[in-house]
Amino acid sequence: MAEVGIMAIDFKNLSDRELMYGQKTCPGCGATVAIRLALKILGERTFLCIPACCAAATTNAYPQTSFFVNNVVTAFPATGSTIAGMAAAAEAQGLEDVTILGVAGDGGTADIGLQALSGACERNDNVIYLCYDNEAYMNTGIQRSSSTPWGAWTTTSPAGEGARGVVKSRKNLFDIIAAHRVPYCATASVAYPRDFMEKIAKAKAIKGARFIHVQAPCPTGWGYPTEKTIEYGRLAVGSGLWYLAEYENGEMKLNMTPKTFKPVESYLRGQRRFQHMKEDDYRLIEKQRDREWALLRERMKS
Amino acid sequence: MKPRWIKDFHYPSRPEELAFGACTEAGVLITPNSGWRVFRPVIDHSRCVRCLLCWTYCPDGVIGKEEKELTIDYDYCKGCGICAHECPKRAISMVKEGKRP
Repeated sequence: MAEVGIMAIDFKNLSDRELMYGQKTCPGCGATVAIRLALKILGERTFLCIPACCAAATTNAYPQTSFFVNNVVTAFPATGSTIAGMAAAAEAQGLEDVTILGVAGDGGTADIGLQALSGACERNDNVIYLCYDNEAYMNTGIQRSSSTPWGAWTTTSPAGEGARGVVKSRKNLFDIIAAHRVPYCATASVAYPRDFMEKIAKAKAIKGARFIHVQAPCPTGWGYPTEKTIEYGRLAVGSGLWYLAEYENGEMKLNMTPKTFKPVESYLRGQRRFQHMKEDDYRLIEKQRDREWALLRERMKS
Repeated sequence: MKPRWIKDFHYPSRPEELAFGACTEAGVLITPNSGWRVFRPVIDHSRCVRCLLCWTYCPDGVIGKEEKELTIDYDYCKGCGICAHECPKRAISMVKEGKRP
């Protein structure tokens, strides 16, 4: 397997100061790892905006606030427009050293907040948008979002005798945002923290609309033991069902190109949401993955 | 690691101590998360090589690296076990609460 990124990030030099602490997320939450590491790179001078999602519900258990940076909790569809307004306000006040960060789940990004995000990308507002993708509406109790993969069980896409889980394949958010021709856009995974933090650091240095889509496994919704969050993140990338890529200066680039994929069963079998799958389903997913990767390799240079 | 400038958690005795209103001060923590835990992580410092993978992967940021040996803030550790699972040297073991390592 190819080396992930350049080893520019050294864990030893990172700040020990947490900017998010004591939140009430489930044990083993992948989204929390993503937000925590992102805030470590971005630092204290970050203005944060969170719509209704797991991160908002768990960090703001009234009267507690777990963030140590300025945080605006906004309406579900309004992350993109709120951060655009915050960026305009920061510019009007002459604040140069601040980073405006919007953090939203996959539902708040791919479904409900897509038009606001699209607007912010189109206007090229000076913001960073971080989407942590736990592949369903986990906060409200595991409902299907447009980012849920094919065949996954959720409460609104049941699986059993007559139904086979989600019947559509997921929306490719990375391609949607890259099609806006933003200065920077990337996908990442919490299982590859160096790669993820490098992308955050790169995004911080660039001006304009930046988007990072990070996969964050969710033990509650996916149905696996809490200690395996990172392992499943790694397996998703290893089996080719998630990819690390970035779009910069009009060019797409794969950060990691596995020569051989791990069998998809290794990723799917341990999760409760894929428990109903049979051999045929695995082969179908494999076929879909190979088609997707052929397309990816054609478009991107690695 | 727990931020030093955090307000120490205590159950509010007067209503004025509560953060009221739509805008509140950041970093008000009142309840710890330690009650969620069934297993607690215990670091075997003789095997630890300070690769800081546990520190990176910890969702709650309870592992501190400022001192010579890694520390764990048991007030906010939820006992998810990611640190023990990801440790390459197997220096962290999960011990059931109430039992000695």
